[in-house]
Amino acid sequence: MTNKSYTLHRLDKVVLLLYILLVIIGWFNIFSAEYTQAHKHIFDMSTSYGKQLLWIMTSVVMAAAILILDVRFFTGLSWGLYGLFLLLLIAVLFVGVEINATKAWFRFGGFAFQPSEIAKYGTALALAAFISTKKGNQPDINSRIKAIAIIAIPAMLVLMQKDVGTTLVFTSFFLVLFREGYIGGLVLFFAGLAVTLFVLTLMFNEFIIIGALAIAGIIFGIFLRKKASALWQLAALFAILSAYVYFVDYTMDNILEPHHKARIEVLIHDGMDLQGVGYNLHQSKIAIGSGGLTGKGFLQGTQTQFNFVPEQTTDFIFCTIGEEWGFAGSIMIITLFVSLLFRLIYLAERQKSAFSRVFGYSVASIIFFHFAINISMTIGLAPVIGIPLPMVSYGGSSLWGITLLLFTFLKFDTKRSEMM
Amino acid sequence: MHIYQQSGQFSGRKNVLRGIILAVALVLLWRLFVLQIADPSYKAFARSNYLRHVTDYPARGLIYDRNGELLVYNEAHYDLMVIPGQVRDIDTLAFCELLGIEVSAFESRLLQARRFSRFRASVFERQISKTTFAAFQEKLFRFPGFFVQPRTLRRYTYPIATHTFGYVGEAGPNVIQNDPYYRSGDYIGISGLERAYEEELRGSKGLRIWMVDVLNRDIGPFQEGRYDTLAIAGKDLYTTLDAQLQIYGEQLMQNKRGSIVAIEPATGEILALVSSPSFDPGLLVGRQRTRNYRMLQNDTLKPLFNRALMAQYPPGSVFKLINTLIALQENVVDASTTYGCSGIYHTSGISVRCRTHPNPVNAISGTQHSCNTYSSIIFQNTINQSRFENIQQAFTNWRDHVVSFGLGQQFGSDLSHELSGLVATSDYYDRLYGPRGWRSQTILSLGIGQGELGVTPMQLANMTAAIANKGHYITPHLVKAVGHKENPSNKNANINEINIDRRHFETIAHAMHLVVEDGTGRFSRIPGIEMAGKTGTVQNPHGENHSVFVAFAPVDDPKIAISVVVENAGYGSVWAAPIASLMIEKYLNREVNRQWFEQRVLDAKFLTTQQ
Repeated sequence: MTNKSYTLHRLDKVVLLLYILLVIIGWFNIFSAEYTQAHKHIFDMSTSYGKQLLWIMTSVVMAAAILILDVRFFTGLSWGLYGLFLLLLIAVLFVGVEINATKAWFRFGGFAFQPSEIAKYGTALALAAFISTKKGNQPDINSRIKAIAIIAIPAMLVLMQKDVGTTLVFTSFFLVLFREGYIGGLVLFFAGLAVTLFVLTLMFNEFIIIGALAIAGIIFGIFLRKKASALWQLAALFAILSAYVYFVDYTMDNILEPHHKARIEVLIHDGMDLQGVGYNLHQSKIAIGSGGLTGKGFLQGTQTQFNFVPEQTTDFIFCTIGEEWGFAGSIMIITLFVSLLFRLIYLAERQKSAFSRVFGYSVASIIFFHFAINISMTIGLAPVIGIPLPMVSYGGSSLWGITLLLFTFLKFDTKRSEMM
Repeated sequence: MHIYQQSGQFSGRKNVLRGIILAVALVLLWRLFVLQIADPSYKAFARSNYLRHVTDYPARGLIYDRNGELLVYNEAHYDLMVIPGQVRDIDTLAFCELLGIEVSAFESRLLQARRFSRFRASVFERQISKTTFAAFQEKLFRFPGFFVQPRTLRRYTYPIATHTFGYVGEAGPNVIQNDPYYRSGDYIGISGLERAYEEELRGSKGLRIWMVDVLNRDIGPFQEGRYDTLAIAGKDLYTTLDAQLQIYGEQLMQNKRGSIVAIEPATGEILALVSSPSFDPGLLVGRQRTRNYRMLQNDTLKPLFNRALMAQYPPGSVFKLINTLIALQENVVDASTTYGCSGIYHTSGISVRCRTHPNPVNAISGTQHSCNTYSSIIFQNTINQSRFENIQQAFTNWRDHVVSFGLGQQFGSDLSHELSGLVATSDYYDRLYGPRGWRSQTILSLGIGQGELGVTPMQLANMTAAIANKGHYITPHLVKAVGHKENPSNKNANINEINIDRRHFETIAHAMHLVVEDGTGRFSRIPGIEMAGKTGTVQNPHGENHSVFVAFAPVDDPKIAISVVVENAGYGSVWAAPIASLMIEKYLNREVNRQWFEQRVLDAKFLTTQQ
């Protein structure tokens, strides 16, 4: 058996099939979103569906190349690639072009490229390399801080590009850290508590929240009155949470840019400023909501065809699916993504090597974050932070980034019984 | 392997991650279920986003006179409409400049429209000028949410027959609530023919459904126009009016208070319906309508009041025609029975004055000279007939005759707001005097057309038409045909028989002819036209007597029956009769040759504004 056919034989067909399905579904919906009566040839490079075909073909080439390359290329170059991508993130701050108020793009002729997409890849590799070299059952505090730093450095650089959406994608690596024991369940609990308090602070006055926290603290205090140490911890917790609530409020009013603040506020206050900042979300909800059970049919969506939803080929591609394929289409997309994520977790768990397991979890976490937030923002469950739906949304950087992640992991998976 | 052990220790956490994924997926599915299945409002939102319902207003039916002359027609105008939910990103300043309004006015109007409905059109600016319309049409794409709605306004060939045509106005909230046909800003006939024939005149609105894109650009008809309906133009009305006669009548009645009603006896068609003072029907059209209406309402001359149908007077001497016909039919006198008149008639302490005239008189000469004594005697004879057990029966018998002439009741044809008039019943006198408390002399004033009688000019003209017809009348009406000239509308042209022999009518017609030839109306004789008439001078407790005249002509083959009332003008022979004779001359000869006679009427002024 040659090396090549061995690789093909051991390639996971389930992930491959789900990938192909999502890319095809994506292309058809991009086609519908941009389709006009006087429609152009599908290879026309002035249309996004034409360009997306090019991205798909280059992605196929890329996937093939990854499968041909030796795994040691990735494992050995992990830190090198991580360093290279960090340099690109720094470079883009100086020589990049600004698109949609985000300085995150390199431009080559007619095409633009976003280094933050491959930075996620580099971070996944570096995290895998770092964790796989650690010995012992419990990571010490030192290695925990280092692991977080690996994630935080590129995240901060992306934030400097003012690309809040992609910055937040880096938080998905915390799921990997959780799986690997670098952070405990308590951290996830407090993260959840922080998000809840964040939303509540936006909805109500901060003093009402702090008051509610105080009441909750007193109730807990009555139960814990026998334990002095617990009471101290409770008091400290109350102080931290109150400070956090006040900080959120202060951030909203003084630090966040007005358009970020507005994007969060439209979620909380339904129907706010429908002609302005609330317009996107409102039209998006109309598109999806008017789809009904089975949708209006391919090329029949009135919101889609008459361009009521902005950015519909990219961040709002789910509108086209929701409108033209209805609730049935929504179920289909969600099922495909959940299947893909479960399959990736299954594949990650069967890896003999910690490197490929950590990498696999990184891929799953990144896709999960994109999937959850992208759909949530089209239906008003998350603020519009401008991140695409993997494989489905239009865009070369996004498709390349996901292809790189998925096929690198599939390559690792072909060597799953080996130690790398 | 240490690395493998590490995996083992925390591998349980994979299930926590799976749980998180499933939980998020379920939240997304729940939210999508709410949006796509449970909440129907997004479907309506989507429709209102891309569908524009454009109403096509049909042209309102035209109104013609009996000779095919166009009297009422339409002129296009444009309302600027707004759908507040679609207004976005417009250059308010440029918009206001185009329309010539203040920005604050713009905002308050938009707010008002928004309060009415976010997704339904309301009128933003009524009847914009043609130049504004042209400017708007070019720039409309820059103002999403605004569109121009073409509508039509009524125009009139002549400023005549205002009360007959009535007017058109916007349908009020009550109408809109009760009749699904009408929407905000729609027009509806409010009075006159416009109201009586509203359903025929309005036609039926058409609806086109257009698709527009996000920039409010027209994409084309929705589903190839499958749900579109065409506007159907309103039907034209062919009225019975003679425009030239109507114009002439209004000229003659200038500076006078009163009315003229002319009827073609053979058909019951109303040739002219004049109420004076009147006003230009154009005043109640368009933007100034409300203001003008208020002005007319406050006018002490009461131009809005249609005297021809709504003013009731005691008929006075013209009522003697009816009384004489009843007496002849009841056989209490015959045509040759004579009575002497001493200038005053006494009965049971009541006296009725008369004036000097040839003596003695019978049915013919009594009518010719309008003798009060003769009229009183025959009225008493009618009421005192021995074949009736009591006065109630006798009175009711008399009253039935009176009512059969169309008095004391509405005609119920296409006349709007007509008064029924008054012919008191025996019950009325029973209540007033007690069942045994009244005699023929108690109600003697009815014999000379005074007392408990109220007659409208329309009823007087109809009564005259009945005499001209020798015993029947066709219900007077205003519309000959609807939709097409050869499409007669007979629904109002009912024949009403009068239970009085033809020979008695011939007697009275002859007497009326003598009135004009050699009686109270001789002053108004028309050379070459045989006219029959009867003067009346209606006592008016509030001022100068009302001048009344009824007539028909030609005597042998009546083509026109007419009633003229001139309030506060004195004797019937002096003003009402000349006006009637001029109208008849105009109608039969199409021109008037008695210039000085005409000028005398035109110059006469009986209007006093103090009331």
